[in-house]
Amino acid sequence: MATATAFDVTAIRADFPILGTEVHGTPLVYLDNAATTQKPRAVLQALQEYYASSNANVHRGVHYLSGKATDLFEDARARIGRFIGAADPREVIFTRNATEGINLVAQAWGRANVGAGDEVLISAMEHHSNIVPWQMLCEEKGATLRVIPMFDSGELDMDAYARLLSPRTRIVAVSALSNALGTVNPVEQITRAAHEAGAIVLVDGAQAAYHMPVDVGAIGCDFFVLTGHKLYGPTGIGVLYGRAAILDAMPPWQGGGDMISSVTFERSTWNVLPYKFEAGTPHIAGAVGLGAAVDYIGAIGMDRIQAHERELLAYGTEALRQVPGLTLIGTAPRKASILSFVMDGIHPHDLGTIVDREGVAIRTGHHCAQPVMDRLGIPATARASLAMYNTREEIDALVAALHKARKVFG
Amino acid sequence: MSELTDLYQEVILDHNRKPRNFRAIEHPTASQEGYNPLCGDRLTLYVTVDDGVITDASFQGSGCAISKASASLMTEAIKGKTVEQARALFEQFHQMITSPPGSPLPEMGKLAVLSGVRDFPTRVKCAGLAWHTMKAAVSDQPAGPVTTE
Repeated sequence: MATATAFDVTAIRADFPILGTEVHGTPLVYLDNAATTQKPRAVLQALQEYYASSNANVHRGVHYLSGKATDLFEDARARIGRFIGAADPREVIFTRNATEGINLVAQAWGRANVGAGDEVLISAMEHHSNIVPWQMLCEEKGATLRVIPMFDSGELDMDAYARLLSPRTRIVAVSALSNALGTVNPVEQITRAAHEAGAIVLVDGAQAAYHMPVDVGAIGCDFFVLTGHKLYGPTGIGVLYGRAAILDAMPPWQGGGDMISSVTFERSTWNVLPYKFEAGTPHIAGAVGLGAAVDYIGAIGMDRIQAHERELLAYGTEALRQVPGLTLIGTAPRKASILSFVMDGIHPHDLGTIVDREGVAIRTGHHCAQPVMDRLGIPATARASLAMYNTREEIDALVAALHKARKVFG
Repeated sequence: MSELTDLYQEVILDHNRKPRNFRAIEHPTASQEGYNPLCGDRLTLYVTVDDGVITDASFQGSGCAISKASASLMTEAIKGKTVEQARALFEQFHQMITSPPGSPLPEMGKLAVLSGVRDFPTRVKCAGLAWHTMKAAVSDQPAGPVTTE
């Protein structure tokens, strides 16, 4: 396993079995990390070992294995909480993914706190998962969804944001890092201004969590969501962080086992945090796997990962700028990990197919951010997205594949 | 690389660069929108039908080379055909692009340049978009926009 003393990308790559794969007879160059990251052996082993030696249901058995599974599950919660700066594990709720975390807040907090005439404020660069749950809430409650505009570079218009905040604003929900553009948003500043206006803040950390150190205390946000599968962990597990005072005041979301403290046919009473929001048997193995993922990241050091990716992003930005007819989409001064682009005369979908034949996996399309595409007047982009295990040689392979595409299209 | 050149044959690249019948029809018998949410391809198909015969067909929109070339070639192919013949052609085309790689191909004339799509399952919807849109346009049942999802 990679050590904490130096950033050794070769050693890190050796920790990820899938990176040795060949596709279409050539070595895989995986540059679709914003969709999902690959998994280190430590995560795969944690899943295997959990099922092989600790599997039982949690929180309800007196037997040995149930106790062991519960300890592993709760220990993972505490470690994942520390990873994002949450001091109290009661504030760390396991979900299926970031989408579910946002829906939980929109439904449980939103229905109780947003009414007719109120406003929900999101940004122009949100993923569909941070748009649609709020639209559904606003429709149900007669509230209004407002949107912080962005400049052509993909940078948020913070002056417009200040003007949009009003006593009607109940919640501000913004991404810390745009999946379509790579813009890093000033979530601390956004949170401060929202709080001054009397609104609470949800930060969508689905992209940010695996590219930069996260400290929910320093951001000051009320809610923060992330998804495990982008954080080098398993699919089907995510986290909603919420401030205990707000979570305590919220009604539960889904009803079922684990979230109650007592049930009669007349009425039920709710369990304490975080269990009040975890109805039904959770994804225990997923939580254990995600715990292993944050340990793996912690051993390497998020600062080092960030420095490596920053260097790679700068290299990739320069390399892509040299490709004739290529335009980068998303050029905000503060960016991370995302190289979104279009090429003259070649549709992104055709690009995706051609570079795939060269072993290069990129994403093409609207990246679940159709309003971003509409705002920029393009139907789609091609997107290369980086992770800790990517190298300059892989950027070179992408560039060579783009030249090949140009050749095919003449 | 050979599959790639099969997919992006010169005829397809030519129809992508210079799509035929790429215009609106002012008073069509029917116009129909088609959308591929996966890649954002959008097109509007126009047809003029006179006594059961498609006398004019055209399209507008944006999309990848495969979807554009397919729409362009289709408008050429269905002009002069009866609605019944166009429907039959839809079935044949659909079969061609979804048949297993290596299996015998139906006789499709010029449209056979799109047969390479069957080696690229993720691109079948691109080639099929215009055709599904046409099928809806000549249908007796009015429909909303066609999507490939």
